[in-house]
Amino acid sequence: MEDGYPRSSILHRRFWIVMTLLRYIPLLPLAACAINMFFGARLGKKSAGLLACAAVGASFAVAAYVFMLLPATGVFRDTLYTWFESGGFRVNVSFQVDALTAVMLLVVTGIGFLIHIYSLGYMDHDEGMVRFFVYLNLFIFFMLLLVMGDNLLLLFVGWEGVGLCSYLLIGFWYQDRNNTIAGNKAFIVNRIGDFGFVLGLLLLVTELGRQGIWTLDFGELQKHVNMLSPATVTAITLLLFVGATGKSAQIPLFVWLPDAMAGPTPVSALIHAATMVTAGVYMTARLHFLFALAPQTLSLIAVIGAATAFFAATVALTQTDIKRVLAYSTVSQLGYMFLAVGVGAFGAAIFHLFTHAFFKACLFLGSGSVIHAMGGEQDMRKMGGLKDHMKVTYWTYVIATLAIAGVPFTAGFFSKDLILWQAYSSAHGSQGLWLIAWLTAGMTAFYMFRQLFMVFHGSSRADPHAQAHLHESPAAMTVPLMILAFGSIFSGWLGAPEYLWGSRWDHWLEPVFGGAHEAGHGAVQTEINLMLLTLVIVAAGIALAYAKYGRPRTAVDQGAAGVLYRISLNKYYVDEIYDWLLVRPFTAISDWLARVFDPGVIDGIVNGVGARARGASAVWRALQTGNVQHYVVGFLAGTLALLAYYLRQP
Amino acid sequence: MVPLNHYLILSAAIFAIGVVGVVIRRNLIVVLMSIELMLNAVNLTFIAFSRFLGSMEGQVIVFFVMAVAAAEAVVGLAIIISVFRHRQSLDPQEMQLLKW
Repeated sequence: MEDGYPRSSILHRRFWIVMTLLRYIPLLPLAACAINMFFGARLGKKSAGLLACAAVGASFAVAAYVFMLLPATGVFRDTLYTWFESGGFRVNVSFQVDALTAVMLLVVTGIGFLIHIYSLGYMDHDEGMVRFFVYLNLFIFFMLLLVMGDNLLLLFVGWEGVGLCSYLLIGFWYQDRNNTIAGNKAFIVNRIGDFGFVLGLLLLVTELGRQGIWTLDFGELQKHVNMLSPATVTAITLLLFVGATGKSAQIPLFVWLPDAMAGPTPVSALIHAATMVTAGVYMTARLHFLFALAPQTLSLIAVIGAATAFFAATVALTQTDIKRVLAYSTVSQLGYMFLAVGVGAFGAAIFHLFTHAFFKACLFLGSGSVIHAMGGEQDMRKMGGLKDHMKVTYWTYVIATLAIAGVPFTAGFFSKDLILWQAYSSAHGSQGLWLIAWLTAGMTAFYMFRQLFMVFHGSSRADPHAQAHLHESPAAMTVPLMILAFGSIFSGWLGAPEYLWGSRWDHWLEPVFGGAHEAGHGAVQTEINLMLLTLVIVAAGIALAYAKYGRPRTAVDQGAAGVLYRISLNKYYVDEIYDWLLVRPFTAISDWLARVFDPGVIDGIVNGVGARARGASAVWRALQTGNVQHYVVGFLAGTLALLAYYLRQP
Repeated sequence: MVPLNHYLILSAAIFAIGVVGVVIRRNLIVVLMSIELMLNAVNLTFIAFSRFLGSMEGQVIVFFVMAVAAAEAVVGLAIIISVFRHRQSLDPQEMQLLKW
C-alpha cells in the first residue's frame, strides 16, 4: 500500500477498489476490439462503432474516477500476474497510476473518446468502418498499456503496439498504393528508432544486473539508478532517445509523420494529438531520473528539439496541403516538448503535451471536417471562403489556431511561454535555444494564420460542383470540435505563470519529477519581458500572414518562387536525401543480393553440395538393383569373408 | 556309432544346397523352400552337437527354430500369394521396383 493511508480505514477500502479498477482502463478497449474483430460484421457498422465509442468512454470514466481519488503523492498499482520470472528477475504485468500517468490517461482516453465519436460521423460512408474501429480500439489499448505499465518492458510492449497500429491505420485505405507505402514508411522508420530503444533497454538491464539488481520496475530503477557509471547512463539515455526520435518524430527520424497523413483524418488526430507521438515525451518524462543523470544527453535533446521545432516550422510555411501544414506543425510542437525535456523542465514538456493534445486534435478534426465538406480535397489553393458555409468548424478552427499561435489566455500561450521561459532561464538552457524557440513561435503564428486565411477567408477557389456540395458536418463531428475548442483555451489555465494566478500544474507533477524538475527561477520582470517579446513576434507573424493571404481577392502564392521558398516547399529535400543516401544504396544492395548473391552463392553452395553427393552416389547406387537375390549374394560374400577372417591360421 | 563329422558334413552340404537355391532359383516358392532347407541344416548341427555333448540346450534351440520357421513360412507364403495375385508371376527377377 503506497498511498500512505492507514489500513482498514474507509478510505483504504475505497482505494483497494480503485486499484482493482485500474485494469479495466486498458482492458475495456481491448474487449471491444476483440468483440468487433470477431462479431463486428454481424453487429453492423452502427453498433460496432457505438460499442467502440462506449468502451473508450467507459475507460475515460474509470480514468476520471481514478484521477479524482488519486492522492497528491500516491501511486495506485494493480498487479495482474507475473509475466515471467528467472532467478531474481521478475517482470509483472501490472498497471500503475501516478500524477504523470493520470495526466496521460485523461489525454489518451478523453481525446481518444472524442475522436471515436467524431469517427462515427466521419467514417459513416466507409465500407471498412468496423475494421477502422477495431484498429482504433487496439491503438487506445496499446497506448494505455504504454502509459500505465509499471515497468519498462510493459511500456515497450505498448510502444511497439502503437507502432503496429499506426501502420495499420495509416495504410487503412490499402487499395491506394501510396497509402500502403506511407504505412510502411511509418513502420520502418519507427522500427529504426525502436532498435535503439531495445538496445538501451538491454544495456540498462544488463548493467544494473551486473551490480546485482535485476529489475525493470520504474520504482526500483529510480532507487538503484545511481549505481550506474555516468558513461553508461549517457549511453543508455542516448539509445533510449533514439527510440524517442522515431516515435515522437524528431530529427533525424521525423520523416514518417508528414506521410502519415495518408490515413483517415481522425487517425491523424489520434496519432498526432493524443497518443503515439507523445510516447517519446512520456518515456523521457517517466525516466526523468535517468535522463537527469546524463547532462550531455539532455543538452543533445535540447538542441535536437530546438532544431526540429525550427526546421519543421520553416517547412510548414509553404506547404499547400491542409493536413501537411498541420503535420509539420506537430513535428515543430514536439520539438518544443523535447526542448523542454532537454533543459530539464519535464513538467513543462508534459504541460505542452497536454495543451497541444487539445488544440492539435481540434485542428486535425477541423481539417477533417473541411475535407469532408470539400469532398476529399486537401489542397488549400482550391479552398477559400469556407467560413460562411461551416460556422462551427470555422470558429473552433479559429480558437485552435489562436491557441497554437500562442495568443494570450489561450492554452498554447501558457504552455509555450513556459517552455520559452525554461529554455531561457533553466540551468541547462541558453539564450541561443530561446532565440530559436522564439523565432519558431513567430513562424508558427504565420503559417497557422496563413492556413486559416487560405481555407476560410477570401473567395472560394473550388470548382462549382464542389461549391454546391459544401455543407456543415453532422453533430457527431461538430460536438467534439466544440469540446476540444473549449479545452484549447482553458486547459492552459492550469499552468499559468507566477505573475498571473500561479500554476497548479507544477504542484501536481512535483511528486513525480521531484528534484529532477528544475524550475527556472529568474526574475519575474525578465519573464514578463520575454513574454512580451514573444507576443511581438507572434503579432508580427499574424500581421504578415494577413498582409500576404488575409485580404480578400489576393491571389494565393503569387509566384514567390525564390530559392528559399522552393527549399521549404520541397521540405529541404530531406526525403530525397534519405532516398539517395540510405534507401537507394540499401535497395541496390538488396537487389544485388537477391539477383546475384542469393542464386549464385547461397543457392550455389546448397545445390553444389547436393550435386556432389548425387555425382558420388551415381557409382554406388548401381549396386542397388532391387533384385533380392543379388543382395543375398552380397550377404553371402560378406559372411564368407568374415568367416575367412576369423578362421585364418594365426 | 556314426562320428560327429559325418553329421556336420551332411549339414554343411544341405546348407550349401539351400544357399545356392536361394541365390539361383527363379521361383519364390522354391526360394522359400531353400530357406527352410538352410534352417533344417542348422537344426541338424544343433541336434548332433547336443547328442555328442550330452546337453539338452541344442534341442531346446531347435524347438525355437522350428517355431520361428513355421511363423516365417506362414508370413512368407502369404506374401507370395498376394504377390502372385498382383503379378501372375513368381519370378524374383521381375520384382525389382524397390530401388533408387
